Amino acid sequence: MTRKQTDLGIPVGESDLLESVQEKVRACMQCGTCSGSCANAFAMDLTPRHLWRLAQLGETEEIFNSKTFYLCSACYYCTLRCPRGLKLTETMGALKRLAADQGIKKHKQSSNFYDAFIKTVERYGRVREIEFINRYFFSLKDPFLPLGFTSLGLKLMRKGKISLQLPILVPIKDDKGKVKYFEGRFDKLFRKVEELEARS
Amino acid sequence: MKYIYYPGCSLEGTALEYDASTRAAMGALGAELTELNDWTCCGASAADAISYLLSMVLAARNLALAEGMDMDADIMIPCSACYLNLRKVEDHVQQDGTLMGKINEALEEEGLAYNGGVKVRHLLDVMVNDIDPEAIAPLVKKNLAGLGVAVYYGCQALRPYATYDDHEQPRSLEPLIKALGADVHPWEMGAKCCGAALMTTKKDVAMELTGALLKAAQGADCIVTVCPMCEMNLEAFQEPVSKARGEDLGIPVLYLPQLIGLALGLSKKELKLNLNLALADSFKQRLSI
Ligand code: SF4
Ligand code: SF4
Repeated sequence: MTRKQTDLGIPVGESDLLESVQEKVRACMQCGTCSGSCANAFAMDLTPRHLWRLAQLGETEEIFNSKTFYLCSACYYCTLRCPRGLKLTETMGALKRLAADQGIKKHKQSSNFYDAFIKTVERYGRVREIEFINRYFFSLKDPFLPLGFTSLGLKLMRKGKISLQLPILVPIKDDKGKVKYFEGRFDKLFRKVEELEARS
Repeated sequence: MKYIYYPGCSLEGTALEYDASTRAAMGALGAELTELNDWTCCGASAADAISYLLSMVLAARNLALAEGMDMDADIMIPCSACYLNLRKVEDHVQQDGTLMGKINEALEEEGLAYNGGVKVRHLLDVMVNDIDPEAIAPLVKKNLAGLGVAVYYGCQALRPYATYDDHEQPRSLEPLIKALGADVHPWEMGAKCCGAALMTTKKDVAMELTGALLKAAQGADCIVTVCPMCEMNLEAFQEPVSKARGEDLGIPVLYLPQLIGLALGLSKKELKLNLNLALADSFKQRLSI
């Protein structure tokens, strides 16, 4: 059964989606210090202060319609300046997680980036730039986006900074010691973390 | 001075020169680095944007490894994003009594356990607090007199955790820079954000931030950084930023241990200065590199 969704793709009636976020900004007194401290505020459609107000009011749709939280570069200015001592950078992170979790289309350009990165980590344990960048640009299905990065890519390649090293995968063998398939370096660990998260 | 050294993924790729110069300069300063055996990715800014517990577990795995080395040494990290991720674990297990148990349940899969017994420190912290500028002066072999250095600390090496410096107007590196014989470029931008990962996901926005930094650094002879992401944002996008702003904002950018290494007479090769992306010829000639 597919659940009814809003235009953004958030399941209808998902009222507790914002609960953890509301908890974090409950004490916000709307002074605006965070907005005034944020170097990226000029590009945000909602100021951080406004975002916290909407969170207090439970305006899920409006919040995830905004790209504000994906414009947070985790500089921690607001967190250290907030007179109420609220953990605002972490709250922006929580919103990124929720948006990725809900698979909201409008945020794909950002959420796919993190997703591609983390898949690379799962597979190899360390980051292999080539695979990661490919995964990211491929996932966006936008042939023009990588163009902005080609000259940089070439520059880095010339300097030997893009590693072509072969990844290490874990061979999974059958009873006779024959390799059945290869597992990513962290497949098991990632599964375990997922299981733990589902439990809580 | 002994440290467990966590290079992190960038230092194996886009920041090879940061790795080489960290090892070389720390060695020349008499510090002993032992690379963390079998280290893996800290989760970067990505794990936290996907799963909180995963971000804690990926970072904690490396802390567990460090504890296992039984070295009675702090873990030293040159990348600000890696540093923050590992440092956060140290802090968050103290804030949340249930977190350590969850982390360790996951780490069982790796045959590891974390006990909170290792101190996480950024290279900046080590340079500021463990290296005595007065002890450096006699080691200096190359005269950097008159070289104006815009010291760039960036965000996460300082915020939210550094206690040894001002979070917005940092100055803790100045005695060291002066001990090398160089001059400190006066600016207010040392702790402003370079845009970090937004350079990939929201390029226009990051270009604004980087542009403001490059602009304020004009008049200095170079910028020094203590983070691979800051370095990349500042050195690799000078052309498009200059074009967008209609003025030449080019300026050499190098890693702090590269500058230290230069002053201590280490070779261009040891410091991998051929890998930097924005060292103008005039700058190289001036320093005969
Ligand atoms: S600085 Fe803190 S109290 Fe002020 S508006 Fe921002 S979150 Fe609210
Ligand atoms: S942490 Fe994020 S929201 Fe806060 S000031 Fe920095 S960029 Fe803005």
